Amino acid sequence: MTLASLSDQLLFAAVVVYALAMLGFAGASASRRAAAVTGVATRERVLVDAGGPSVTAPAPLVTPAAGWAAPAAMVLTVLGWALHLGSVVTRGMAADRLPWGNMYEFSSVAALVAVTGFLVLVLRGRVDRSLGAFVMLPVVLYLGLAGTVLYTAVGPLVPALNSYWIKIHVAAAVTASGAFLLSGVLASLYLLRSRYDERTDVGRAVRFPVSLGRALPAARALDRAAYGVIAFAFPVWTFAIIAGGIWAEAAWGRYWGWDPKETWSFITWVLYAGYLHARATAGWKGRKAAWVAVAAAVALIVDYYVVNIFVVGLHSYA
Amino acid sequence: MTVDLDAVRLSTAPEPVGPVRQRQLLAPVRRAWRQLTSMRTALLLLFLLALGAVPGGFLPQRSLNPVRVNEYIAQHPSLAPVLDRLSLFDVFAAPWFAAVYLLLFISLTGCLVPRIRLHARALRTPPPRAPGNLSRLPVSARWETDLGPDEALQLARRQLNGWRAIERGGALSAEKGYLRETGNLVFHVSLVVLLVGIAVGAFFGFKGTVLLKEGSAFANTVLAYDDISPGRRFDAGNLVPLNFTLDDFAATYGADGKARTFDAHVRYAPDPDSSLRPYDIRVNSPLHIDAAKVYLLGHGYAPEVVVREKNGEVAFDETVPCLPQDTTFTSACTIKVPDTRGEQLAFEGVFTPTTVQNESGNVASAHPAAQSPALTLIGYRGDLGIDAGVPSSVYSLDRRRLVPVDGGRPKLLGVGETWTLPDGRTVTFAKTTEWATFQVTQDPGKGIALLASVGIVLGLCMSLFVRRRRVWVRAVPAGGEDGSGRTVVEVGGLARTDPDAFAAEFDELVERLRARVPGRE
Ligand code: HEM
Repeated sequence: MTLASLSDQLLFAAVVVYALAMLGFAGASASRRAAAVTGVATRERVLVDAGGPSVTAPAPLVTPAAGWAAPAAMVLTVLGWALHLGSVVTRGMAADRLPWGNMYEFSSVAALVAVTGFLVLVLRGRVDRSLGAFVMLPVVLYLGLAGTVLYTAVGPLVPALNSYWIKIHVAAAVTASGAFLLSGVLASLYLLRSRYDERTDVGRAVRFPVSLGRALPAARALDRAAYGVIAFAFPVWTFAIIAGGIWAEAAWGRYWGWDPKETWSFITWVLYAGYLHARATAGWKGRKAAWVAVAAAVALIVDYYVVNIFVVGLHSYA
Repeated sequence: MTVDLDAVRLSTAPEPVGPVRQRQLLAPVRRAWRQLTSMRTALLLLFLLALGAVPGGFLPQRSLNPVRVNEYIAQHPSLAPVLDRLSLFDVFAAPWFAAVYLLLFISLTGCLVPRIRLHARALRTPPPRAPGNLSRLPVSARWETDLGPDEALQLARRQLNGWRAIERGGALSAEKGYLRETGNLVFHVSLVVLLVGIAVGAFFGFKGTVLLKEGSAFANTVLAYDDISPGRRFDAGNLVPLNFTLDDFAATYGADGKARTFDAHVRYAPDPDSSLRPYDIRVNSPLHIDAAKVYLLGHGYAPEVVVREKNGEVAFDETVPCLPQDTTFTSACTIKVPDTRGEQLAFEGVFTPTTVQNESGNVASAHPAAQSPALTLIGYRGDLGIDAGVPSSVYSLDRRRLVPVDGGRPKLLGVGETWTLPDGRTVTFAKTTEWATFQVTQDPGKGIALLASVGIVLGLCMSLFVRRRRVWVRAVPAGGEDGSGRTVVEVGGLARTDPDAFAAEFDELVERLRARVPGRE
């Protein structure tokens, strides 16, 4: 087996394992919800039977099934992450260069960064692992699309990409993109959860998709996690744009030329600057700021996918 | 009691706009200024800037590709004029776009000046006095010790290593993370500096492009360019003296037809008096001469075509640059032969580097490399219309006074092959050469922009990763009857960002303090 096909198979395996992890996370939060409901019912019955205040052992909040589902899903996520990393590394070895030279490779590395970010957040206790299903779903879809629609066989780079600045520029861009995508998911989940809180606080019924909010970590934790990820990614993105400018200056004779790709990176950058401002502006904290983060993530997706595929510009070879 | 405002405001961010008493006349002006320099306005202008750039990211732009703009206008005859009136094909030169970013930068400057002043003062003033009730702060701790208040504070102070601490009125005020605000200010000031750098480039810079065939030389004068875009205040006297000759252009391709390398082998004079030196201009390695840089922009084929009179005398012998039409370098050639006996001659042709022919006889190129080059020509005779004094493009033919030769039938020539026209004159495709286009740029604002970029990144990192926080420690003799000889130690802390991380840091600090200032069992 060649390194190139090994890389493809590792990615396939990673997607399968991620999908299993997603199911594990989903199962864990579903049974936890069920447990919470039965727990309440049991307590009430005891109270009635005793005919007055009585002490019961606190009902376990997690059923045995959920007890192993969540840790197993974490283990699967880490395993998927290792396979994914292996796929990226073997791809680089097969091509004998850094593995981010085309859209397929870029997407795979961005997803790897997003999963890494998720693992870091969970391991550092910044968010609960109950988030897993909601993070792994977009990751699986994204990798699935990247591996089919965008798939490109291993090959060398076109001359304009053959510079050490690409290594710096694209490494920064892919890191920031992966983190931004993760922050987009977190901000969306924050919106969901805070809508859920708002409805349930006034006792209103919640329907799908707002009802998903029940399985999510607290709104505050999601908001902070989204901010933390953006605060990390924004300077990296800024640096990526600057490195791109230095590269463009060496390759095309100008550091900035409002090429469609540059324009969309600029829009993305300004929107994230807007997000950071919004969080410091009265009346914009919370949901409005989160919407800005979502809009910025959409601009990022336009920047990478819509512009590369549909808009003609200097970058369209990527 | 409440926590005092100064303790809470760990930032010099402008306060929300509120009613202020003003002297009558200036009041509206001041109000407008406060409005403009508020965070809310900054936010709004940022969104406008992003929104304004969107059409520039979707519609073709004149500054990048005027041909595609014209195509777009032709395809959308009713919509395009409206878009054009709104400058949507020149977004980044549009007055409304300039209005947004200029307002933003005025707002930024108006917001920065007082913030710099405030921060400079904050750097010189000690941390504020302890609030009366430390337990009201977001994090706090309290214990009793046998040490005396002074001793306790002394010991506590030693633990606050790296904090800026001052003792006042039986309490310690300590602060850390001033660099956050410094970084934020450096970042925003650098944005202004960046704009200055861009403006210097736009006003005093220069950009020109020139096509050179292998073997030809270039000397830097405005007239030597095919196309120039000088800055608004650029002076032709500022053109760097530079000379170079394109000796050879070489491209290599993979079997899939994708380009691998481009090399323009030139010889250049580093200064006007020195002898020529070789250099290899590649896509990512321009030639630097003084303040100018020479970039390789594009390339193509230039077949050498020889036209002979009936008696064999050479009427024309030139390499003719052909314009590539696709990725396999099927190229369009226009050949004009004005100086010949009898009627003037012209040819329209297709150059194919790797020539393939289908059943119907049409030629095409299968690969960009010159593996089996051929030139397919259609001949014309008559009047080229060159002498009329009207400038005409070398890449197009005015066929109004021309008639096709040989019924307009195309003639395929391999290298070295000759076509004898019906009147006895001959055309030979002698050999294949190449051309390259170069861009020469001078951007005096580039250094400023780079410097600003460094400030932007460093400032951002400081601003986002440094946490500013305050801690107060108070030690007072315990009151009450059995309190004699005991001291109550109270610690409180406040952070504006990342309260979780601060809470952890605070707990650790309290832990250390309690170890030093032991509690009483
Ligand atoms: C030119 C456009 C601007 C850009 C791209 C921009 C960008 C940013 C960014 C990325 C941050 C977050 C980093 C940090 O916390 O230091 C920030 C913070 C900040 N900006 Fe701007 N800014 C701009 C204009 C302005 C203007 C006009 C004002 C004044 C009203 C302003 C005031 C502030 C303040 C006070 C903060 C700190 C917020 C906080 O306390 O967390 N900025 N800016």
